[in-house]
Amino acid sequence: MSDLLAVTDAGLYCSQGDFYIDPWRRVPRAIITHAHADHARSGCGRYLCAAPGTLVLRSRVGSSAPIDSLRHGETLSINGVQVSLHPAGHVLGSAQVRLSHAGTTWVVTGDYKLEPDPTCAPFEPVPCDVFVTESTFGLPVYRWPDPASVTAEINAWWRANRDAGRTSVLLAYSLGKAQRLAAAVDPSIGPLIGHGAVMKIVEAYRASGVRLPPIDRVPPRTRKMGGGRALVIAPPSVAGSRWLGLFGETSVALASGWMAIRGVRRRRGFDKGFVVSDHADFPGLLTAIAASRARRVLVTHGFTDTLTRLLQERGVDAAVLPTRFTGEAAPDAAVTDGEDRDDGDQADAGEPPEPDALPEEQS
Amino acid sequence: MKRFTDLYWRLDATSSTTEKVAALRDYFTAATPADAACALRVLCGGRQLRAVSTTLLRQWAAEAAGIPLWLVEECYAHVGDLAETLALVLPQPGPDVGTDGVGLGLAECMQTTIEALRGASDDVKRDTVERVWQRLAARERIVWHKLLTGGCRVGVSQTLVARALAEVAGVEPAVMAHRLMGTGVTDAESYAEAMTSGPTMADARRPYPFFLASALEGEPGEFGPTTDWIAEWKWDGMRAQLVRRGGDATLWSRGEELVNEAFPEIVAAAAMIPDGTVLDGELLAVRGNSLLGFAAVSKRSGRRRVPRKLLTEVPCIFVAYDLLEHDGTDIRGLPLAERRMRLESLVPLPCTAVAGPAANATVAVPLESATVPPPQLLHSPRVAGDSWDALAAARATSRGRGVEGLMLKRRSSPYGVGRVRGDWWKWKIEPLEIDVVMLYAQAGHGRRAGLHSDYTLGVWHDGRLVPVAKAYSGLADAEIVELDRIVRATTLDKHGPVRVVQPTQVFQLAFEGISRSTRHKAGVAVRFPRIVRWRRDKTPPEAGTLADLVRLIDAGTFAAAPLSEVQP
Repeated sequence: MSDLLAVTDAGLYCSQGDFYIDPWRRVPRAIITHAHADHARSGCGRYLCAAPGTLVLRSRVGSSAPIDSLRHGETLSINGVQVSLHPAGHVLGSAQVRLSHAGTTWVVTGDYKLEPDPTCAPFEPVPCDVFVTESTFGLPVYRWPDPASVTAEINAWWRANRDAGRTSVLLAYSLGKAQRLAAAVDPSIGPLIGHGAVMKIVEAYRASGVRLPPIDRVPPRTRKMGGGRALVIAPPSVAGSRWLGLFGETSVALASGWMAIRGVRRRRGFDKGFVVSDHADFPGLLTAIAASRARRVLVTHGFTDTLTRLLQERGVDAAVLPTRFTGEAAPDAAVTDGEDRDDGDQADAGEPPEPDALPEEQS
Repeated sequence: MKRFTDLYWRLDATSSTTEKVAALRDYFTAATPADAACALRVLCGGRQLRAVSTTLLRQWAAEAAGIPLWLVEECYAHVGDLAETLALVLPQPGPDVGTDGVGLGLAECMQTTIEALRGASDDVKRDTVERVWQRLAARERIVWHKLLTGGCRVGVSQTLVARALAEVAGVEPAVMAHRLMGTGVTDAESYAEAMTSGPTMADARRPYPFFLASALEGEPGEFGPTTDWIAEWKWDGMRAQLVRRGGDATLWSRGEELVNEAFPEIVAAAAMIPDGTVLDGELLAVRGNSLLGFAAVSKRSGRRRVPRKLLTEVPCIFVAYDLLEHDGTDIRGLPLAERRMRLESLVPLPCTAVAGPAANATVAVPLESATVPPPQLLHSPRVAGDSWDALAAARATSRGRGVEGLMLKRRSSPYGVGRVRGDWWKWKIEPLEIDVVMLYAQAGHGRRAGLHSDYTLGVWHDGRLVPVAKAYSGLADAEIVELDRIVRATTLDKHGPVRVVQPTQVFQLAFEGISRSTRHKAGVAVRFPRIVRWRRDKTPPEAGTLADLVRLIDAGTFAAAPLSEVQP
């Protein structure tokens, strides 16, 4: 019995079904776990994604791309391989891909988290023989605090800023985390304002039926938006840019799993860091792996070597699945290259800067 | 404990001086005198007790967390701070743990959970540690771990601490700075005394806060005529104050530690100067007529008791360059020229060890002279030069003399507190430089945790690159981040936290000196290596060679040149 998936130059390939999962090159047929740029490249012949994520994927790969969708749990046969998509809890429409062929079942998680998220369906354990898991935060130092307590911290920070007449700027990945945060914070504290990159996805979320509080756009050439009372949600790329000057005095915070480490918090130099991630923490990874009941585990994207060694020592048949994104995630990506990336979404290079992101900042 | 933890994180969260002072003020206003004294000791970087070895802590934490030890080590390499790593991997405390798990003041907490462990068996230690773990949340554990392992350093300068305490006590910051010098505050009683608004009686042994010089970048072109300045050698030793009061002599390091035991010959020599004198100067190690450099002095400085052998192998002298107290009067406000004149009459012998042609030491007194004061106590001679060019020429001879360059001090300058720009300058010699290639990289600590910022650098030898130095400073944060990515992308092999990388990156490396070494594989050791800039314009074949380095040694440009060889 041969493997159902193999790593090729273009990405993770299923030869029996002749399709790719999250390819990093243009291929004829691509199954997309979620719409983050390192998983969803534009220019493929045909896309397949989970139904709740169709509009979000469309906003990323273009309006003319042919996108098929499956409801969660619905099965499609592709060249004899049974394909179904199951909630991964990462962002709206994120899916684990289940492949079944000749009596063997594989599950590719894409990115996932186990914490509740008001903007997407919760992670669903899918029993399988081979479990391909991410490992972005695969070190035991990563253990997320209770989301409610983090939300309370964010609210308290916002309230204190508002009382001091300072605008709160919360930096978060524009697809998923920004919406999750907007849905979680207390809108009675003050107005919510979204950066253009965030609003593009907010619209796709709303059109997909996700309820979000009212969020204002940033009109061009406005001074002192929000009168020092607002919470502005923007991608990390705006840090240090002149765009922030729109808001007068600000307090800038970053919402990221990397903020769990003091050294990273200090280095990034923001006023505040909130530990919020759309990836599984270390206990989450172990829980998901156990729940899969898989006899073999392939580890990708992140602390692959470490997690693999630990699983092996615990008697699990585990190996590293080398991908283009192998190697530890780099907690500083967002600072230097000015791209909208975070939490190990390491290869967002295809995305052009948002038109209102960096006004004449590049010169 | 909670109050101190809050202070720690408040100081950690801000880089604003005002906010740091406010945090300190709030803490000291609310803390009991016993807790305050304890906190002061930590904040001022006093010597701390390592109650439990970090090796044991790692083992216990791994077991408590149910993970193997190697995984704790991997986490440490990623986080870059052991106290934090352990705090994060340990199981979370139960939900009934309040905001102050230990429920004790800092002093009592340190007494019962840290100092009580001194000399205890490992079982007792483990028992205590595990009990505390169950009662503290991660942010408190970090601080407690740092206290437990004697490594609690807080990002505030002593000046800020003094400023905050001065506000609380209602005295001048300079007065408070003086009261905090040395081992002034040790317990509730001495804290209360330090915080009295009137003058205190306990300053008999106290040194003055050290006045610090600023580094001079470039040339002293706009300093006006040289006659406004006094030039001295910049000694390669250990800064110290010799306090002679009440029939007693005390020697204080710049770290405000009493170092009497480490330098008994200096303390003995101090008996020969009159009571009511405070000298500022440098402890130097000297053998025959040559200076042995800072490394030799530091062999002595950490000692509680100096073995006879070390006393003869590394004999030390005190070279005074300033007089702060004369006849029992604080004369720091007088102009330097006046203070120096008095100094030279109190301590008439100049340190002739470097008295080459450019020095102003007209009378070379042999070190064996029977004159009093004895030869352990000397003054730093002025370096003559009637133009900046002449002084530059004198400075150019520094490396051969075993000194670091020149000090330029304004004749009219008072002896200030802390570092005030303008009056005192270090005019150090230009470092030696060579282009090197990155061979290995390792993740840094603290602010650079998880980033590969420590590099092992090599030069060419016989067609291969051989490591010659380790360096980790001098690059901008953005460059380090970029290099981190290159390191990850070009890793050939990993040995624990160390990555072997493809040799692709070239750096300009500066260093202060070079000598032959049997301890280093390449056979040479460079001193104070640091990266000056990243040479993106160069490729590894353009880097320097071991022969280039050896040539520097042969040219006699290494730091601790025996003075007999360089003197005419």
